[in-house]
Amino acid sequence: MRRKISLLALLFTLAIGSVAFAEPDNKDKQDTPEEVKSFIKHHLKDAHYLELFHGAKMPLPIIVWDDGIKFLMSSDFKKVEVKEIASADSTITFERLSATDSVAKDAKDYLYESMSSEYAIFHGKIIAAKHGDMQLKLRPNGKKKLTSHSALIDFSITKTVLMTMLICILLFFAFTGLSKSYSKGPIPSGFGRLLEPLVLFIRDDIAIPNIGKKHYKRYMSYLLTVFFFIWFVNLAGMTPLGINITGNIAITLSLALITYLITQFTANKNYWGHIFWMPGVPVPMKLVLLPIELLGTIIKPFSLMIRLYANITAGHVVLMSLIGLVFFASNLFAFGSFFGLTLFLGVIELLVAFLQAYIFTMLTALYFGAAVEEHHDEH
Amino acid sequence: MTIPNIVGAGLIVIGAGLGIGKIGGSAMDAIARQPEATSKIQTAMIIAAALIEGIGFAALFAA
Repeated sequence: MRRKISLLALLFTLAIGSVAFAEPDNKDKQDTPEEVKSFIKHHLKDAHYLELFHGAKMPLPIIVWDDGIKFLMSSDFKKVEVKEIASADSTITFERLSATDSVAKDAKDYLYESMSSEYAIFHGKIIAAKHGDMQLKLRPNGKKKLTSHSALIDFSITKTVLMTMLICILLFFAFTGLSKSYSKGPIPSGFGRLLEPLVLFIRDDIAIPNIGKKHYKRYMSYLLTVFFFIWFVNLAGMTPLGINITGNIAITLSLALITYLITQFTANKNYWGHIFWMPGVPVPMKLVLLPIELLGTIIKPFSLMIRLYANITAGHVVLMSLIGLVFFASNLFAFGSFFGLTLFLGVIELLVAFLQAYIFTMLTALYFGAAVEEHHDEH
Repeated sequence: MTIPNIVGAGLIVIGAGLGIGKIGGSAMDAIARQPEATSKIQTAMIIAAALIEGIGFAALFAA
């Protein structure tokens, strides 16, 4: 055992050393750090296509509201490289980059234009204009902002939307299967055997202790939905499909918003009493506590949103960076250790996937519990 | 990222780490003293750690 550990330590040191002293040999090739960076950036963002591996892109429908609903396919959109032409009043227009042009890297940009209609995708936003009609403004902080056209209302089935739908269907079939199997006997069969203990875990360890025996049944459906949705989605993020659903702040925002609305609309008199007129403290203190408590109702779901989003995003970034490190390995030792490290962190991420679903459900149950708590005399 | 941002992020990480470490250590002590209450202590520990983590992330986003 000890020999094994020292051998592993030796391998690890060798690997680190070989990376630190590896010399870049082929400089005319593409910039690997830049490539890895842009890969991670693209992974974290939503996309209008599904890419399983390099070269295998599946187009997804793009649906926009532009005085009536318009259906397009993302395969209609082709990449157009443009160069920026800056004028004196810090506005920028685009001109198509031809093969003979040589411009500085920061003056280059690209967008995707539809060949059949008048739409373009500019950094993820759909705009009803081609590159020639666009005008950008250079802000004092160095960022460029599109001023001539605003983005349309976008209902596209993006990668995240598609995967969310697929996971909802999977959950639907898993749980209808579980409920149907109870008609045959008390013991579920198949996949339901895995789900039943988790359902009981949510009920006995999360809902009943936090909400109380009297009210917990009203909230069980939401708690179960949110737990299994977040858990399955987090697990799907660990597959090589390259999806990142809970690392999308819009998804966590919606989940936290539903929690917030349910808390506010099912709260009893006692809950509002504690917010607006805290019992048992002197009147000046009541006035001080009122804004704090009101703010607290918003901060709670906000922290739910940020926690899930940040944890999953951070996990994905770390994993992808480690996978990226593999390409810098100059020998087999380095390659092997980075692979091992990636595997190790991947297993940790599986734990985080469960833990984040658990924490979200737990805190949601805690907020529900506060909303339906009965009056106590000791307050 | 500028240098103040990086220093701020470092301070946040130190603070959150100390906080979560304190919670974890105290929970370990409590579990050692009362092993029969392990599940209750764990639940309370995870909630407290999650709250600190939330504040840490919010501050990291601000930094």
